[in-house]
Amino acid sequence: MSGAPYLHRARSVPVIMLWVLAALLPGIVVHAGFFGPGILMQLVVSSLAALVAESAVLALRGQRLAPALSDGSALVTAFLLALCLPPLSPWWLTALGSVFAIVVAKHLYGGLGQNPFNPAMAAYAMLIVAFPALMSQWPLAGEGHQVAGFGESWRLVFGGERALDGITGATPLDALRTGMRGLPGAAPPQISTVMAGSGLGVIAGVGWEWVAAAYALGGLLLVALRVISWHVPTTFLVVLALISALFWMVDPASHAPPWFHVVAGGSMLGAFFVATDPVSGASTPRGKCLFAAGIAVLTYLIRVFGAFPDGIAFATLIMNLCVPIIDRTTQPPIFGHKQGPARRGLRQGDR
Amino acid sequence: MLLPLLIMTGLAIVLGAVMGYVSVRFRADSDPLVDKVDAILPQTQCGQCGYPGCRPYAEAIANQEAEINQCPPGGDEGIRKLAELLGREYKPLDAAHGAEKPKSVAVIDEATCIGCTLCIQACPVDAIVGAAKQMHTVVATLCTGCELCVPPCPVDCIRMELVRDTVDTWKWRRPIIPIKAVA
Amino acid sequence: MNRRRGFGFHGGIEPNSYKSETTRLPIRVAPISEELVVPLHQNIGGTPRPLVRVGEYVFKGQRIGAADGNISAAVHAPTSGHVTALELRQVPHASGLADPVVVIRADGEDAWMAPEPFDWRAAPPDAVRDYLRDAGVVGLGGAVFPSHLKMRPGDADAIDTLILNGAECEPFITCDDLLMRERAATILRGASILARLTGARETLVGIEDNKPEAIAAMRQAGAGMAGVEVVVLPTRYPTGGAKQLIRALTGIEVPHGARSTEFGVQCFNVGTAHAVADALERGRPLISRIVTVAGAVRTPRNYEVLIGTPVRELLADAGMMAGVERVLMGGPMMGFALPGYAVPVVKATNCLIAWTPGLLPEQPEERPCIRCGACAEVCPADLQPLELYWYARGNQFGKAQEYGVFDCIECGCCAYVCPSNIRLVDYYRYAKSEIWASERDKARADAARARFDARNARIEREKSERAARVAAKTAASRAAVSAIPDASADGVSEPSVSNAGPASGSEAAKHALIAQALARVRARQAGQDVADDPGGAAGAHQPGDTGHTTS
Repeated sequence: MSGAPYLHRARSVPVIMLWVLAALLPGIVVHAGFFGPGILMQLVVSSLAALVAESAVLALRGQRLAPALSDGSALVTAFLLALCLPPLSPWWLTALGSVFAIVVAKHLYGGLGQNPFNPAMAAYAMLIVAFPALMSQWPLAGEGHQVAGFGESWRLVFGGERALDGITGATPLDALRTGMRGLPGAAPPQISTVMAGSGLGVIAGVGWEWVAAAYALGGLLLVALRVISWHVPTTFLVVLALISALFWMVDPASHAPPWFHVVAGGSMLGAFFVATDPVSGASTPRGKCLFAAGIAVLTYLIRVFGAFPDGIAFATLIMNLCVPIIDRTTQPPIFGHKQGPARRGLRQGDR
Repeated sequence: MLLPLLIMTGLAIVLGAVMGYVSVRFRADSDPLVDKVDAILPQTQCGQCGYPGCRPYAEAIANQEAEINQCPPGGDEGIRKLAELLGREYKPLDAAHGAEKPKSVAVIDEATCIGCTLCIQACPVDAIVGAAKQMHTVVATLCTGCELCVPPCPVDCIRMELVRDTVDTWKWRRPIIPIKAVA
Repeated sequence: MNRRRGFGFHGGIEPNSYKSETTRLPIRVAPISEELVVPLHQNIGGTPRPLVRVGEYVFKGQRIGAADGNISAAVHAPTSGHVTALELRQVPHASGLADPVVVIRADGEDAWMAPEPFDWRAAPPDAVRDYLRDAGVVGLGGAVFPSHLKMRPGDADAIDTLILNGAECEPFITCDDLLMRERAATILRGASILARLTGARETLVGIEDNKPEAIAAMRQAGAGMAGVEVVVLPTRYPTGGAKQLIRALTGIEVPHGARSTEFGVQCFNVGTAHAVADALERGRPLISRIVTVAGAVRTPRNYEVLIGTPVRELLADAGMMAGVERVLMGGPMMGFALPGYAVPVVKATNCLIAWTPGLLPEQPEERPCIRCGACAEVCPADLQPLELYWYARGNQFGKAQEYGVFDCIECGCCAYVCPSNIRLVDYYRYAKSEIWASERDKARADAARARFDARNARIEREKSERAARVAAKTAASRAAVSAIPDASADGVSEPSVSNAGPASGSEAAKHALIAQALARVRARQAGQDVADDPGGAAGAHQPGDTGHTTS
């Protein structure tokens, strides 16, 4: 029989995972509202693929299925991956990513708790390297754009149809990057004209702003419930804002303002749901801040100077690599060891 | 064509020199290998390994003259530690040298003892007290359980007793992690 | 009044307190058992030596085990009667192992021994400390550390703050609460004795805010006393841990391995203060304590119980219900399951919980650690329990020590919050006991090595001494031989060079042999005082040797 304590709090891993899934719901609803029901299909495909892959690997590893399947971690991975993919991607792309996340990024490293990389981000990175064209076909929202309905989405996702003209286009981040590259020989483009001309909405793209807001809402719920700590999202957003503000203030003509970067692309999803993954992230309070700050800086650099539509995934993976050393060097002082030899002298002094 | 070759060769020479210097300049002043091996051996001094004590066996191991699996009191754990220290392959205990036994201490039946001092002479760690024609006794806390005192006794009054856990020496067991197979 | 409330400490948890059931009834004096089983070892430190023999009659309060050295505390007969056994019996310990006990059959008289008057005010400080040691006073919060060791009058580390621990933060336990409600005056008299013995100028009584009656009683009792302050602390486990309480009341953090006296603070449990007052004012040694009996019993309440009372009888008096699967001693956070119900109540027994699955649900199966860090958030020792778990589980004890496994107070907060239901504290206890065991083994191996080397050196020395003696004799005989005038030079030409053994020749050899024998006798007589007995001489060179002969 095991020793004390014999008293336990009720919040278990499945409960935590359920809260994370619940916190993603507002973002999913808004996403579906703006960009059509494709995202829902992707979620279903991704979840099914993840559960099948998880069961298969568990069986191969000779472990019981029920405890691992019921912990919900595979579903969280599947949801995060699906939310990062273009909603009208063919089903096999999503399924492939999901299986890769579970089998390669998670179980080959030892399963839940042992994976050094965020599985969803590892799968996203694999897909964007292997299928760059498919990964950039994002639907457009707002006036003048037609949102794919259920039937059309179904045909695009499951039917092998790829007639996407008029439905998809560049994401705001992509539009900005291509716009800023300008034409050879022409005058350098101005950020204001690029932004004004790309249907970028109020802050960071029609629809995208609201999706980001919904993710932030869900994320704040998790912080309030203490499912995630405030360190990661706060540091990430603050550092991202600071670094983009720095570039913007030095050269406002060619850099997007901080509010754009904080809201655009996967910033909110990354801040509250990706960088907060406990398994692959840092665990000490200072370590969490360092980890999140690193992701923010790398994300900005990849966005502005890199070749990929968004930098969250690669930034996260690179910082995942740094976690062991971050954790080792940021161990908080142990009770009684921080004051050193102060002892009596100090005490007499502060009376 | 030639330039890269020269650069690489030059680099190799420079780096090699640096490494050589560093290895000489910052050599870790650690215990000699014999001490490290000796520290792993259980110091039972029983001689089951075929050497007259732990230190001679440690010297033999360090000089590659002996196998690492000749120490029954050190047991499997000791062999693994030696294998790790020396970078040698793990081998199961050589049965020719004896079997791993639970820790025990010698106890002299004081009623039978005739005070011959043979056991006192046999004890490698001077853990037996007594004088000629006086009854002898084993200081249990000093006894290593080597059993060397047992054969010399002319009246067979020495037996080995298992050391039992007490409240003070009892250990918490490693929590059991359920590893289970699929049905 | 609550000016110190702000200090607090990191982490901690706020579990359901389960305290209300046992605070409704006053303390009841438990009936005297027919047979009392008093373990000798009821303190941190040495096991007391038994002072009684089987068959001997003992009075209530008579010392039956004498402190073994200074880090120890005496034990006493809890009632009068005959000693029926001195043997090994199962004691209340997580191991379920047996330890020496004194078994007393009560005669029903409950006759006190004749009081020995002791005026602690007049006695020198050392005598007071010895008196407390011999009165068996140990910390009653559960650690049973001998109290006399915690006061060193005249020590360089002068104490200015005395802390009375009435926090009682662990769920279910209410023995200190009831003691403060009913015997506040005695506690504070004990506190003033302790303050005087330690030289403390102020006394802080720390009580959690979920015990309003105890706070009121202690405030009332302390109203007229100078330098006594009752400080109300927020209810948060483990406020009652000595280091956490010191931190909460004074802001001082006492690191692992340091004594709080180095910081001018000393902390006693309220029950200990009560025992000190009983011992020094009334000459009553520690033979009873307050025990909370909670859980699946019909009348959960607090008892004043004689040390040695079998747990079974106490539970029976409280009306233990059917379906109790085990009984926990101590609280649910730091207690342990008793190995049997025949074990006695000891000085460390603050609470007994009759456990049923319905009372506290069994912990579900472990899941993998997801490194969520909830454990680190609640750790009052500011550790990273998830790292400790990793290293303890992987048997990397060196690393576990590096990450502070010995700073762990085993409060159980980490395991309480762990969403993966990992038995974290079991891993730390495992790592600690493995480290202790390997340190013990290493000490033994080092001692064996030293003794082996010493023995070899001695044998070597004896050999060389013997050789030297032989050489001396030989030299002497050679001298004798050469001293003989060349009566017949035809024999050995150069006797001083050749072996001095039986030389060829007749007369000369004969003379030489005689001279040799004479020289040997002389040499023996001369050498007698120098190295009479090589064994004795060698013995003197052996550290810790018990002086035996070897040849």
